[in-house]
Amino acid sequence: MTQAELSAAELASRHARGSLRPSDTVKQAFARAADVQAGPSGLNALLSTDRDAALGAADEVVRLQGEGNQPASLVGVPVVVKANIATLNMPTSCGSRILEEYVSPYEATVVTRLRNAGAIIMGKTNMDEFAMGSSTENSAFGPTRNPLDPTRVPGGSSGGSAACVAAGVVRIALGSETGGSVRQPAAFCGIVGVKPTYGRVSRYGLVAFASSLDQVGVFGRTVDDAALGLGAIAGRDRYDSTSADVEVVDYQAVVKGDLKGVTIGRPREYFPESLDARIRDRCDAALERLRALGANVRDVSLPHTGLAIPTYYIIAPAEASSNLARFDGVRYGTRSDAPGLRDMYERTRSQGFGPEVTRRILLGTYVLSAGYYDAYYKKAQEVRALIANDFRRVFDSGVTVLFTPTAPTPAFPLGTKSDPYEMYLSDIFTATANLAGVPALSLPIGRVDGLPVGGQIIGGHFDEATLFRVAYALEQALGEEAHR
Amino acid sequence: MSVSEEDVRHVATLARLGLDPERIPTLVAELNGILAHMDVLSKIDTAIVGAVTGVGAAGTPLRVDGGNQIPLVRPREAFAPAMREGFLLVPRLATHEDTDAESA
Repeated sequence: MTQAELSAAELASRHARGSLRPSDTVKQAFARAADVQAGPSGLNALLSTDRDAALGAADEVVRLQGEGNQPASLVGVPVVVKANIATLNMPTSCGSRILEEYVSPYEATVVTRLRNAGAIIMGKTNMDEFAMGSSTENSAFGPTRNPLDPTRVPGGSSGGSAACVAAGVVRIALGSETGGSVRQPAAFCGIVGVKPTYGRVSRYGLVAFASSLDQVGVFGRTVDDAALGLGAIAGRDRYDSTSADVEVVDYQAVVKGDLKGVTIGRPREYFPESLDARIRDRCDAALERLRALGANVRDVSLPHTGLAIPTYYIIAPAEASSNLARFDGVRYGTRSDAPGLRDMYERTRSQGFGPEVTRRILLGTYVLSAGYYDAYYKKAQEVRALIANDFRRVFDSGVTVLFTPTAPTPAFPLGTKSDPYEMYLSDIFTATANLAGVPALSLPIGRVDGLPVGGQIIGGHFDEATLFRVAYALEQALGEEAHR
Repeated sequence: MSVSEEDVRHVATLARLGLDPERIPTLVAELNGILAHMDVLSKIDTAIVGAVTGVGAAGTPLRVDGGNQIPLVRPREAFAPAMREGFLLVPRLATHEDTDAESA
């Protein structure tokens, strides 16, 4: 049995018992990455790796165990990390030319916590430039391909991390979410992806895109893997004042609970007439399974759902235009030579940013500019409150979680969405959770034309435990059906 | 509302982006295409809600408004090897000693 076939918990347990050596697991993970061509000449999922550092870390884990330290939850488990999460020994390029060679002088809290849990950081993964995209085609280093069908996209923006998990290179990977960038690629690649509550996980060391929406998310091969990964990184961090001081429960311990007393809402706005009937059928079949497991299922309404994309695509670019102002050739990354300071800024930024990032910076600057602020940005913040109120009202009415499709389509072929707004609509069912700050999870619930379909479970603030419990029950009930 | 080429040039200047002039008409069309979808928001009555700037249910935790003890905030005497009548005492410089010796 290879490391990819063992759950992350089982891997850690074998490493802790000494029946498996972490260095052998890490070597297997690198061998698997070579077999599936995870690098630039193949799937283009991995942008950089550090084999020596990974093997050194694996030996260090063994040494610490030999000193009688309590085995941690991810002892010797290889993980990959999205390229917008700061690590010390590999570039944090954000998929952008402007940060191509940039190596952070400090490490993200989530990376420190993974390492403290015994995980081995194998490499950094490809992504849409500065997380702006839904297909990982916007990377300056070329698109990532979907391991299940290399002619198709893996989703985005955390497509590289999703592809690594789907291809069996690792069981757990970190991504980041601003509007669906973990759940949508999880759905496209047939794996599990969780976006925690805003504030559940530290953003220290996550390169900011839209600070009021950004959150680090976790990919897992299974619900159990994702629960283990989130448990390792969640919790208050004094380096991020927006991280919340809310108790982190042992997600792995609660996943196996039953669904007694759980009420699942089926929001009608997420099942429009135009939704692919096969995706609707898969979702309804999953809801039937959940009902059979003892959950109550009822129709609900979140009336402002249709406003999520216009709202999101005002707020996110507005915040991005401010956050990305720091990349000007002075303090970070590459610099283009020019005769004066102003020319240097403009040349560095126009040569360093790709077309989608340029478009969003322009859009964001426009909606924040004098004369347009009230009409666009202020209005969007007000509508955001309406969207958040929709969720509050539904959860206050006794609904425990919501069940929806994760994306309106399965993975689409590379190069087929040239209209920016058409691409933005990929986030139509996911951006709402970011706007409201609630946690959400995607898990595979079947296939359409051989391509994975994701089901989304959305919960109340800081109730990730219930998300995992419902997802685990559904995953067990569906079994192999989730991948057929 | 729609943007003009002049708007795009103005916004690019604000954003410190150097745009190739040939690209501006395409950007105008793309931005207008996107902004047309945003117009739906203007029809929404938001009088009953205030704008939100964050979504954390727990709010932003604040630290105690006391500040940490800054290690270097100490009286200057604490830094001196020795004090006499409000002056810091420092070792006599060797060059001065040499000068004294020569003059003697």
